[in-house]
Amino acid sequence: MVNDQKKELSTAHPQIPKTPTGISGLDEITQGGIPKGRPTLVCGEAGCGKTLLSLEFIVRGVIDFNEPGVFMAFEEKVDELTMNVGSMGFDLNKLQSENKIKLDYIHIDRSEIEETGEYDLEGLFIRLGYAIDSIGAKRVVLDTIESLFSGLTNQGILRAELRRLFNWLKTKGVTAIITGERGEGPSLTRQGLEEYVSDCVILLDHRVVNQISTRRLRIVKYRGSLHGTNEYPFLIDDDGISVLPVTSLKLQKEVSTERISSGIPALDKMMGGKGFFKGGSILVSGTAGTGKTSIAAFFANETCNRKQRCLYFAFEESPNQIIRNMRSINMDLQIHVDSGLLKFHAARPTLHGLEQHLVSMYKIIKTFKPSAVVLDPITNLVTIGSVSEVKAMLVRLIDFLLEEQITVMFTALTLNSAVTEQTDEGVSSLVDTWLLVRDIEFNGERNRGMYIMKSRGMKHSNQVREFIITDKGIDLVDVYLGPEGVLIGSAREAQKLQEETGEVLRNNALNMKDREVGRKRKVLESRIASLQSEFESAEEELNKIYIEEELIKKVTEKNREELTRMRRGESDPDDQKD
Amino acid sequence: MEPEETKYELRLYVAGKTAKSVTALSNLKRYCEEHLQGQYKIEVIDLLVQPQLAEGDQIFAIPTLVRKVPEPIRKIIGDLSNEEKVLVGLNIRPVNSE
Repeated sequence: MVNDQKKELSTAHPQIPKTPTGISGLDEITQGGIPKGRPTLVCGEAGCGKTLLSLEFIVRGVIDFNEPGVFMAFEEKVDELTMNVGSMGFDLNKLQSENKIKLDYIHIDRSEIEETGEYDLEGLFIRLGYAIDSIGAKRVVLDTIESLFSGLTNQGILRAELRRLFNWLKTKGVTAIITGERGEGPSLTRQGLEEYVSDCVILLDHRVVNQISTRRLRIVKYRGSLHGTNEYPFLIDDDGISVLPVTSLKLQKEVSTERISSGIPALDKMMGGKGFFKGGSILVSGTAGTGKTSIAAFFANETCNRKQRCLYFAFEESPNQIIRNMRSINMDLQIHVDSGLLKFHAARPTLHGLEQHLVSMYKIIKTFKPSAVVLDPITNLVTIGSVSEVKAMLVRLIDFLLEEQITVMFTALTLNSAVTEQTDEGVSSLVDTWLLVRDIEFNGERNRGMYIMKSRGMKHSNQVREFIITDKGIDLVDVYLGPEGVLIGSAREAQKLQEETGEVLRNNALNMKDREVGRKRKVLESRIASLQSEFESAEEELNKIYIEEELIKKVTEKNREELTRMRRGESDPDDQKD
Repeated sequence: MEPEETKYELRLYVAGKTAKSVTALSNLKRYCEEHLQGQYKIEVIDLLVQPQLAEGDQIFAIPTLVRKVPEPIRKIIGDLSNEEKVLVGLNIRPVNSE
């Protein structure tokens, strides 16, 4: 036996044959189910769901895999059992009459039994064997075999017989689940059943932390097979058991390059004009009253406007409250609710444990098939779990949503002090886009500033925008960056006005200067004209002298020639007159 | 108490002729002869032959002695080697009290 196991471990590649349980999630954790043809031990405290898990294993075996099963109960009578699971839609009577299931109740009452001398449990073997053979069972459940220990005193015989029983089950080739009550101390079961059933041990747990109970499941060991080793939360509801594996063990998700609008055009513009990635996760964090819900509602509204489904998980406000409040900013969510595109799911976080929340979200998402999901706010979840638990839960949720290509928007409340670096839930590192809305207190008033802390894989603005909520909706405005720093709100408006006034004044001043220049020019021009005429008159004067002198010169010349001629005696009639 | 009026119906469940079964049957016969002479009826059921009967009397151990009559039903499991326990278990008083 042990050698066989070792061989299987060393070769590893041919996986050991497994029997799928059909329980949602469990087969994923065990990578295919529990070991085929071997007993598996399911242990846990009272009321943690052992009986249900094992019964579901039988019922699913019949319904989903057509493998008949025997359920041997030591604790509950057959009709009790039938009634208990009837509420989950398992009709054991019908399955019994079809010979698909055989329920057998073994009643052990110490007061009726006296022990004397040697005995064995052959009777049990015979009954079980008979039940298995009569319907050709492939699956067997013994619930809870430890009851034998309370009914019988000879432990030596019991232990030997149990060992024989489990070996016998193996030779029968049935896949068996044996349940055992959790013992005190380190042992998994009160009677140390894990010594006998060594192939696969599943531990169920039901813990109450802060008054909120969570069921968990862990594969303690699984010989010859890989398995998830974590504690996985599970849920019992109308459909039986659901186990939630961390689906992201792989991180091999399809990613989309498609972009979807945030519903706020100015915000889209901050992200390269296109908005979020489809299937991405967006965190909107901020202090109280910064408009996180409004952003989320706009996103939901936009999704519905595109005729896509949106699921809104409200942890703080009731749907009607949200609808009413959003009307005040010019958004009618009611029409989307009426048309069936928008679905609210409101629940107080304290309603049940984190895991239960997760599972119920899971289920609603699976049935509603939205293309966008809003969680508003995740902060409240911390009231029912530690930060690390909430984070783990959100990781799972994000992974699940990414796998389904659903865009998710979280809102988170940050405490007023050290706002920026971390949200309480520590999910900021997980999300693709992180929008931060901040209160900016300045100049005796409070304003909202928004910026994009990060946005993976897209160009995004690094600017702080002022985030304004008006009757008409949400808008983002550039903040004023001036010599006095960043101005927002009424200070920004004041600055704007001041600038406008300044401009008018400047224009006025400019006009005056212009006119002055004009006047100066005129003065100078006239002066230039007078100088010009002065110059002209001076020039004329000079010219006059010059001409006179010329004339004098000419006349003198003429006179001299006349004189000369007269001296020579050649007189001219004219000259004689002189 | 008149033991003569009490009729004992005993049923012994066995699985084949194992040593324990044989011992149990011989022990039982001996006690009955000794204490219940003429007032008892022993029925031996071999579950290897009739496995469907195991359910009716809630048999899980072998051998099991079931006292059907008188009520209430009592069960004694084991090879019945301890006479005292068997007699007390079956609520049989010795005819000739010591």
